[in-house]
Amino acid sequence: MTNFSPGTFAPAPGRGRLSRMLIAQARIEFVLTLRNGEQVLLTLLIPLGILIGFTLLNVVPVPSPRVDNITPRVLALAVMSTAFTGQAIALGFDRRYGVLKRLAATALPRWSLVAGRMLAVLGVVVVQLVVLGSVAAGLGWHPHPAGLAPAASLILAGTAAFGALGVLLGGALRAEVVLAVANMVWLLLVVAGGIVLSVHALPRPLSTIAAVLPSGALAEGLHTTLAQGVTPWGALGVLLAWAAGAGLLAARTLRLS
Amino acid sequence: MTLPAPLAAVEVRGLVRSFGTVRAVDGLDLRVPPATVLALLGPNGAGKTTTVEVCEGFLRPDTGVVRVLGLDPIADSAALRPRVGVMPQGGGAYPGVRAAEMLSLVAVCAARPLDVGWLLDVLGLTGVARVPYKRLSGGQQQRLALACALVGRPEVVFLDEPTAGMDPQARRLVWDIVSRLRADGVSVLFTTHLMEEAEALADQVVIIDHGRVVAQGSPAELTSDGTQRQLRFGARAGLDLGALCTALPAGCQASEPRPGGYLVEGAIDPQVVATVTAWCAQQGVFAEDLRVSRRSLEDVFLELTGRELRP
Ligand SMILES: Nc1ncnc2c1ncn2[C@@H]1O[C@H](COP(=O)(O)OP(=O)(O)OP(=O)(O)O)[C@@H](O)[C@H]1O
Ligand SMILES: [Mg+2]
Repeated sequence: MTNFSPGTFAPAPGRGRLSRMLIAQARIEFVLTLRNGEQVLLTLLIPLGILIGFTLLNVVPVPSPRVDNITPRVLALAVMSTAFTGQAIALGFDRRYGVLKRLAATALPRWSLVAGRMLAVLGVVVVQLVVLGSVAAGLGWHPHPAGLAPAASLILAGTAAFGALGVLLGGALRAEVVLAVANMVWLLLVVAGGIVLSVHALPRPLSTIAAVLPSGALAEGLHTTLAQGVTPWGALGVLLAWAAGAGLLAARTLRLS
Repeated sequence: MTLPAPLAAVEVRGLVRSFGTVRAVDGLDLRVPPATVLALLGPNGAGKTTTVEVCEGFLRPDTGVVRVLGLDPIADSAALRPRVGVMPQGGGAYPGVRAAEMLSLVAVCAARPLDVGWLLDVLGLTGVARVPYKRLSGGQQQRLALACALVGRPEVVFLDEPTAGMDPQARRLVWDIVSRLRADGVSVLFTTHLMEEAEALADQVVIIDHGRVVAQGSPAELTSDGTQRQLRFGARAGLDLGALCTALPAGCQASEPRPGGYLVEGAIDPQVVATVTAWCAQQGVFAEDLRVSRRSLEDVFLELTGRELRP
């Protein structure tokens, strides 16, 4: 009665290799991000536009050399866009589409549902750094050599902090709500969170708040270290605190669907 | 010395699960013996998906015991998941992912997966292997979800409405696959709204309503209610059934459920058939396609769950 030969579906269950599973999941999510037009706009085109536009056009007063002042802020914007906004929105819709349930039904351990996403985010951040860094260099960017290693740690910590916040938002609410909130928060942080305007340029109560927001900490930290080559321990501490706090909370609130 | 009873593939006892004030599952028992197929039937909202999701470890039972391959779906999740195949009711892939990419990802999670290319081919997905999930047709999405459930060579498979939205060819293919799964020793629990499907595939049918079992047994057991049978025939629409009803023995009823389609229900015996044909002769009509049958599973289902539409 059946067209399949005996034994076709004979059970042979087992868990795949953890490293292969994790990399396969991260690779797919990385590729999907770069294939998605809106994500590319958010993570690459907008930061590129700001970098090039603000460097070449004298529309806002920026101390010169302009590119040295603009690049650290654009890098902070890029990290925030990918790890927080893009990731929260993708997570919200993936939950809607039953992706998390699908993966949770495989041998993939639960923690790797999030770990795989973080790896993918990190991959996108590396692409952003390469693209934005090259363009900035072309525009005459001269980062302080001693600041490169601290900047890398800041970017890692910033990715962790924004990533945890992205999972917190995208893992708890309905997809449409996630979309609205993620975009609103992005805009708020860009304008008033220490990204476009320096924390010191913001009016009094806002400047105090922005300094301890992950956006302000990352932008100011990158700015300091890439200009002066010193390690901004305070900013690093702020970012790690956000990563830990949001991560712990997100682990409790993450829902599969 | 007696052999221990074989461990059930799925064992559910006294399962209760509520959502707010809705008792989606309300004291449910079921058991899927190894290498058998159980069909879970029930109207919309009866609690089928809830039951299946509890078995899959996605929902925590309020009370009751659930064991899959002897393991607790939540507490023993890590040990159990590689041994279980899951096809959810809709969804289960990134919107932008290509069919082949998704299946490969699920395959990587298994130690000895089926060949991805072969499985895509068997399910007729080779032509759309590079098409993003959100652009697949409903039936193609279903087939991909089925492939994901099977690719890890599981011992137990949960299929939530596997043939919903599939064309007749794809449905036959799924039936073929389920038959092969059972023959190869895989236990299957599936839900469906198609009585024909349950009759064709299931060793055991469980009908639930309002989260409770209202009937269970093999398809033959459920439809073989003693002497109750049906006689159907076609004739000119609008015949006056008055004389026939008087001539029929007590307990037999005649009706015309659709114009020109007549139905006599009750303890149909050769005498009743003679009465019906004699009445047709009197009316001067042919009884076309006259046939006597046992109650269908659908009749049993409608009898047990009523005819009103569910919210
Ligand atoms: N997450 C949820 N939140 C609230 N109510 C729910 C939830 N899931 C299911 N329900 C309710 O529980 C009941 C059973 O739903 P379930 O999905 O198990 O039904 P079903 O038998 O699978 O129906 P269908 O044939 O339509 O798929 C319904 O009344 C439904 O509205
Ligand atoms: Mg359902």
